[in-house]
Amino acid sequence: MPKDGGIGASTVRREDIRFLTGKGRYTADINLRGQAYACFVRSEVAHGRINGIDTAAALAMPGVLAVMTGEDFTGMGGNPAGWHIPSRDGSAMREPKRPVLAHGKVRHVGDAYAVVVAETVEQARDGAAAVVADITELPAIIDMARAVADPSHRVHDEIDGNLAFDWGWIEDNRAAVDAAFKIAPHVTTLELVNNRLIPNAMEPRASIGDYDAGTQDYKLYTTSQNPHLHRLLIAAFVMGMPENKLTVIAPDVGGGFGSKIYHYGEEAAVLAAAKAINRPVKWVADRSESFLSDAHGRDHVTKIELATDKQGNFLALRTETMANVGAYLSNFSTATPTFLHGTLMAGPYKTPLVYVNVKAVFTNTAPVDAYRGAGRPEATYSIERVVDKMCRELSLDPVAVRRANFLTPDQFPYTTPVGLMYDTGNYQATLDKLMEIGDLAGFEARRAASAKNGKLRGLGLSTWIEACGIAPSNLVGQLGARVGLFDAATVRVNATGNISVMTGAHSHGQGHETVFAQIVSDKLGIPASSIDIVHGDTSKIPFGMGSYGSRSLAVGGTAMVKAVDKIIAKGKKIAAHMLEAAEGDIVFEDGKFSVTGTDKAKSFGEIAFSAYVPHNYPLETLEPGLEETAFYDPANFTYPAGAYACEVEVDAETGKVDVVGFACADDFGNVMNPMIVNGQVHGGVAQGIGQALLELAVYDDNGQLLTGSYMDYTMPRADDLPMFTVDHSCITPCTHNPLGVKGCGEAGAIGSPPAVVNAVIDALQRGGHSHVKHIDMPLTPSRVWAAIQG
Amino acid sequence: MHNFEFVKPSTVADAVTALAASGAQALSGGQTLLPTMKQRLAAPDVLVSLTGIPEMQGVCMGDGGLNIGGATSHAVVARDAAKSYPALAELAGHIGDPAVRNRGTIGGSLANNDPSACYPSAVLASGATVVTDRRRIAADDYFQGMFSTALEEGEIITGVIFPVPAKAAYMKFDQPASRFALVGVFVAQLAGGVRVAVTGASEGGVFRWTAAENALSANFSAAAVAGLSVAPEGMIADMHGSSAYRANLVKVLTGRAVTAAR
Amino acid sequence: MTHVTMTVNGKAVAGEVEGRTLLSSFLREGLGLTGTHVGCDTSQCGSCVVHVDGHAVKSCSVFALDVAGGQVKTIEGMANADGSLGVIQQAFQDHHGLQCGFCTPGMVMTTAALLAGNARPTEAEVRHGLEGNICRCTGYHNIVKAVLAASGQDVAAIAAE
Repeated sequence: MPKDGGIGASTVRREDIRFLTGKGRYTADINLRGQAYACFVRSEVAHGRINGIDTAAALAMPGVLAVMTGEDFTGMGGNPAGWHIPSRDGSAMREPKRPVLAHGKVRHVGDAYAVVVAETVEQARDGAAAVVADITELPAIIDMARAVADPSHRVHDEIDGNLAFDWGWIEDNRAAVDAAFKIAPHVTTLELVNNRLIPNAMEPRASIGDYDAGTQDYKLYTTSQNPHLHRLLIAAFVMGMPENKLTVIAPDVGGGFGSKIYHYGEEAAVLAAAKAINRPVKWVADRSESFLSDAHGRDHVTKIELATDKQGNFLALRTETMANVGAYLSNFSTATPTFLHGTLMAGPYKTPLVYVNVKAVFTNTAPVDAYRGAGRPEATYSIERVVDKMCRELSLDPVAVRRANFLTPDQFPYTTPVGLMYDTGNYQATLDKLMEIGDLAGFEARRAASAKNGKLRGLGLSTWIEACGIAPSNLVGQLGARVGLFDAATVRVNATGNISVMTGAHSHGQGHETVFAQIVSDKLGIPASSIDIVHGDTSKIPFGMGSYGSRSLAVGGTAMVKAVDKIIAKGKKIAAHMLEAAEGDIVFEDGKFSVTGTDKAKSFGEIAFSAYVPHNYPLETLEPGLEETAFYDPANFTYPAGAYACEVEVDAETGKVDVVGFACADDFGNVMNPMIVNGQVHGGVAQGIGQALLELAVYDDNGQLLTGSYMDYTMPRADDLPMFTVDHSCITPCTHNPLGVKGCGEAGAIGSPPAVVNAVIDALQRGGHSHVKHIDMPLTPSRVWAAIQG
Repeated sequence: MHNFEFVKPSTVADAVTALAASGAQALSGGQTLLPTMKQRLAAPDVLVSLTGIPEMQGVCMGDGGLNIGGATSHAVVARDAAKSYPALAELAGHIGDPAVRNRGTIGGSLANNDPSACYPSAVLASGATVVTDRRRIAADDYFQGMFSTALEEGEIITGVIFPVPAKAAYMKFDQPASRFALVGVFVAQLAGGVRVAVTGASEGGVFRWTAAENALSANFSAAAVAGLSVAPEGMIADMHGSSAYRANLVKVLTGRAVTAAR
Repeated sequence: MTHVTMTVNGKAVAGEVEGRTLLSSFLREGLGLTGTHVGCDTSQCGSCVVHVDGHAVKSCSVFALDVAGGQVKTIEGMANADGSLGVIQQAFQDHHGLQCGFCTPGMVMTTAALLAGNARPTEAEVRHGLEGNICRCTGYHNIVKAVLAASGQDVAAIAAE
């Protein structure tokens, strides 16, 4: 049993109180004295050469204070890609400069080339409408295959073939994989699209730049998942200012899902504008701008081949993928289709030979970057779809085939043919659990009931693994990362015994303020109500790489636990002094420091007070104060895994698919707060079902975004989804972090899309539409109906 | 959005006067007009709100059938027409979402005549009469293609009179994102025969499917339309569905509406 | 600028607005009531839902002048008189019906209007009632559960986890 309010308890969230009463403080809610408002002028064409920008009329508009264009930022650096990915031939990644505002050319609809600053939002908008740009439209490069094949058009003049890289993983294995395919008894081939998505955190991006001319300090309030990363990118790469002169604050943030990891030009622009007019400058995106300018997700075109024997044993796997990176390389855009995708292509299986090829293609579309799951949903979808197709081709049971190919618990630690070392897992156990909670045995009866109502029912499975807790600096460094990926925390015990924890993780919905307090409370034996979690402000927290890649708890949480361990160690020193005992004889238990084997003890509060009132300390050996910082860099990724089952009903006359059941059996390692973990899985599955059935970003041939609002981009709504059945009782604790945690934030979005698609194909096959082998996501009614028509 | 002068008259007469001003436009709920104005695609100089006019509010049985005030919200129709004309109430109760239904009005919807709006199908299938500040317009004369109606400049829909059919039903297949009708079919069995009106499907806006009307007038059952086919020519094609798909939905939904009619 | 008055959360308020000033802008910028959020420009997402004269409306799609003299209620007016969470708010916390919190004010306001008109809705009625409120975090599972719980129904049996 978990301690009351400690590790493992479903403690309700403390942050809810402010969100439920309208007291949340999101960036758009912040107003600084004297602030002006920015409106960005964005390209209406997908591709064009900027001949000149006339700002005179805009400057003459009422209330307009300043107009800046790309020209004003040519002295600054570019916003870099965070990972360098070399090509198969050893050549370097081709990385165009990504300026604050477009200069020379505009490269996608929504590419900002000027900003107008005015006294009011409406005056800034009026001013923006008065900026006159002379832009010669160039042919838009939208389709990836054409971008690569047609040498006459270039998104970036200096990059021929529109390729950032052509990556092979692992290149040395290619010949062996090809050889295995040549002699394989059976080869299943599938060409598929991993559909382009728009993240759509409900809070649109927003930034406020502030500049103090007296101290020459900049301050940026922004919608960020990782304020320190923003500080680093803006200070060191883009604006060229000392890091210590920039504070980045990410207050309450209304969801991220990846889209708020990245630094965007608007952030540097409001800082520069604030300095230029010596007043704070605020910008809040409207949803239309978010659609055009937030980093999109996914957008892969893949050919996957699976070689097996006639019994369905996997012999080799090979994929060729074109990954759309859009018009510029966003910060994680090069890692997402490579090291977060290619390295996962072994899945939970013992496939002996795997080779992955990824070409990253520039197009005249918004940049594409990590979106919930980032690379791992693409890998999982490809694998689980081709496995399903192979089972149908060979008339094999998809459950039995997966079981036969799973790694077994005795094989860990296991080094995959794509370079990861899985530390632990039990994939049979989660599949067993799924059979139970999803009542797979009862499917046939449910199918018969659906048939009576004129609906085709289908069942789809997906068994998945991910690498998360995105960190180990030594590993990511070898893989091309230009930064370290560790995390940090400071635990500050105040004289009166209450605690502030400054964490490098950032909560934008995950509930860190509650869960992190639960952990510290559990470790120190003091009430969670005496513990505050502080995040999102570079001036308060020691350092942090933020929250994405299901890393908050596994990396940031571990840093916090390490800092707590240091607090306990320091407390023991203080206790030894106060109790006149040897440090080695002090034990800490239930919030008390005591001398082993005696009843001599000091409470945590007494130790804390003594640390700040050190009247008789031996100061040469015992330092006053009780505050500790830890940086933690793990030894490996963590490897959550699970098994998902989806049941759908298809209305064959209209093609409409209803998800009528969804079950998830996950292994997240140890669970700190089951209520929050369930919520994370629900949200991830909803996004996965959204990808599978509803969501698609569509550009026309001219590069106009046809899905630029909620009128055409289908967000999952309450009546699109069923109740979910989730379980995380199968636990193989992570072997290399002290909490034994793996991460749960992305699981739902990774495991669910193939389960949904497999279910629809199953429904159609069972319903007599055996010619339907595959439908590309999203499986909208019109696509499903068209597939049925053949 | 561009700024404008906002006026909110309390009588139809005052509204007509206000709308005579240069650059004046009616605001009748605004659930479509406001987003358009935010995009600066509409920029009236004067905006005349019609939602403060008591004589344009409400649902009651009267001469010629069910009378609905032009500024009556969808929510009120859904509630107050539930007994007298359930198919119409059902339609109103599935427009947009609860908050939109509290602001959007029948007059606003008909004046805009969005090709994917629900109400035009009910008005056309019921053979309703659109009442304005200056005349009465039969449904068959009112709809003149996408976003186009018989209304003159400054003319206000003060009400709609619906003959109540013996049986009727509306079947809507949602455009998944906007929840407008990808295709919506309203079937009404009236004294003079069956009328079938289709919204969402045609490039020409709401239309009557006369082949189905003839078949159903002879035999009001889903089987009667099973043998018919709808030509995809002239049907809307977009990312949410091809012409052939919409043509299919017209037929499928018509059959289902007949089965559901009560 | 035009003078406008209305009652917000039981208090008479006044301000100067333009014709184009949205109710959401008047609440947020004019009155500092930033609990009402704006998540889209097409009247779809529902983050901005408030009550006007007892009805849920999307405050980003209503002009402030169009509700002059009206009774407006926002999320800031939903707690009990002693400041504790109201029944709906408490159910959202108890059942983890929110994550990032951005859509939450609109969800709570829509729920209040839904339950006012239907005291014991079914799961399907709740889902239909929430179709104008988009949440990207929760997958709606716990929101639906919270709404059912707020209506006094036993959710342990309904909402399997």
